[in-house]
Amino acid sequence: MTVLHAQMALFLKRLFRRRLVLLAALILSVLVISALLAHWVAPFDPSVMKLVRRLKPPSDVNWLGTDEFGRDILSRIIFGARASLGIGFLVVIFSMGIGTVLGLLAGYIKTLDAPIMRLADAMMALPDILLAIFLMAVLGPSAGNVVLALSIVYAPRVVRVVRASTLVVSALPFVEAARALGVSTFRILRVHILLNIASPILVQATFIFAYAVLAEAGLSFLGAGVPPEVPTWGTMIAAGQQYADDAFWVVLFPGLAIVMAALSLQLIGDGLRDMLDPKLRKAL
Amino acid sequence: MGGISDQSAFKQDAPLLAVDTLSVSFRQEDGVSTPVRDVSLTLHQGETLALVGESGSGKSVTSLAIMGLLPRPAGFISSGKIRFQTRAKQTVDLARLSFDGMRQLRGREMAMIFQEPMTSLNPVLTIGEQIAETVRLHLGLSGRALQTHVKAQLDLVEIPDAARRMDDYPHQMSGGMRQRVMIALAMACQPSLLIADEPTTALDVTIQAQILLLIDRLRRETGMAVLFITHNLGVVAEIADRVTVMYAGQVVETAQTVPLFRKAAHPYTSALLSCLPARAKADASGLRRLVPITGQPGVFGKACAFAPRCPHAAALCEIHPPELELTDGGAVRCLRWRELA
Repeated sequence: MTVLHAQMALFLKRLFRRRLVLLAALILSVLVISALLAHWVAPFDPSVMKLVRRLKPPSDVNWLGTDEFGRDILSRIIFGARASLGIGFLVVIFSMGIGTVLGLLAGYIKTLDAPIMRLADAMMALPDILLAIFLMAVLGPSAGNVVLALSIVYAPRVVRVVRASTLVVSALPFVEAARALGVSTFRILRVHILLNIASPILVQATFIFAYAVLAEAGLSFLGAGVPPEVPTWGTMIAAGQQYADDAFWVVLFPGLAIVMAALSLQLIGDGLRDMLDPKLRKAL
Repeated sequence: MGGISDQSAFKQDAPLLAVDTLSVSFRQEDGVSTPVRDVSLTLHQGETLALVGESGSGKSVTSLAIMGLLPRPAGFISSGKIRFQTRAKQTVDLARLSFDGMRQLRGREMAMIFQEPMTSLNPVLTIGEQIAETVRLHLGLSGRALQTHVKAQLDLVEIPDAARRMDDYPHQMSGGMRQRVMIALAMACQPSLLIADEPTTALDVTIQAQILLLIDRLRRETGMAVLFITHNLGVVAEIADRVTVMYAGQVVETAQTVPLFRKAAHPYTSALLSCLPARAKADASGLRRLVPITGQPGVFGKACAFAPRCPHAAALCEIHPPELELTDGGAVRCLRWRELA
């Protein structure tokens, strides 16, 4: 236990040494917490329209202004965070799930390597957003389908990372030692390999989170994502773009929210990678 | 050729392990290579057999074939039998056993220690958990009984303060300690066959001696058989009852340890022995090097594989491959062994 505490303390120390990562973590937690507590945090109901107050610039009543229906933009951003971050999070879970299983199989079982990897290559040959739009066209617009489409789009990235790490770890003697003790293939994959490749997977997860938030916004903006009546950062920009000339705040603030979320996730991913990679650790 | 197993006058009962004319092949891009050819060896209960040879002689591949751990799908057993007597007194052919059948035996009835103690343990699991994994798998223990068993295993391999060290991670232990943990892992289910693949190569000399003593003590206490793979003849002299010498994928000589060290029948074995520093000093001719060879392994054609390096090679050796011939208490693969004796 004491060892674990010491490791924990060391980990936190390294974390604090990187101020930028800390700042990113702070921004992300503010976004996540306000999304979770949206009902209490948001100053207004995000869907109540006040046409007399439409397209008002930021003021002491509506801090970030109002949109074309007089709805409070801050409140909509806070509720939009629920959908945007929620979709991103679910994409991470599903793409990690699919990608990790396929990556482990491709890396450990030689006969499955070529079929799985060629499929992954084929999917990665298409631009992410194009593939996502194609999938959405097939599946139809809904939040659940956005999650499904983006999970399929990002799973091949996970497959590649997991397979590469699996190849490295499965060649280590302790894996053969485990086989020599009669440990089953399933348990070797789950315990002996997966636990040892957890850190690259974790780093990849934060990057995919960032990509997914961006991609969701992109899809919604193009009208191929979440239906426009659901407030997400993407739908807000999509709806507000025609007023952008007169009321920049309608698109600027949701845009800033997207940038902040994606940027902080990227920074956290970079920081995690540096911290978890023993080769880079010394440089910190 | 398979007759040597019966010749070993060591014990009369059926051997625990009888490898009979085993050949192992690997599929490669440019065809099939066969790094192990017609290998036969026997191992009785409670006996230590040393499998000796230089790197690439096929000793490790032989042991992997016995354990069913050949890298798949490239490696496969192309001919021969590996008869193993299970605890239920049944004789199974490991060369034909199913994947699951093999897995049942591994860890429970046969176990293996590897060369690299630094990397043979999973870095993210405590050593207690790693031993517990095997015990849970094969003996079905859990809870308090499992913990007690794990601690007993660590006590068995003389790890001090075992109860506390169970929660240690491998990186908190020294190389010698890790090799002890590896042995505890291998011994966790009391196997009847222990294969030790150069278990002391990566350790310093004092630790080497301790590990050898430990393995020998465990052998005496449990009555298991030990197949000890090494290229260190000093280690062989210390631990082995019998020796099988491999060269270029073939067994070239099998003999009891003491007679072998006194007078080797095969020129290769003699050459190996004259490389030993202690022996070279006693010998007037001094330390002798083996003749280096060029070219590439795997292509042997008709000649005796050792002929290009053999000081006694005759014209016949180049055209006629030698068979394994029975000697007094052993076997040798050399056309001229009678003349050279």
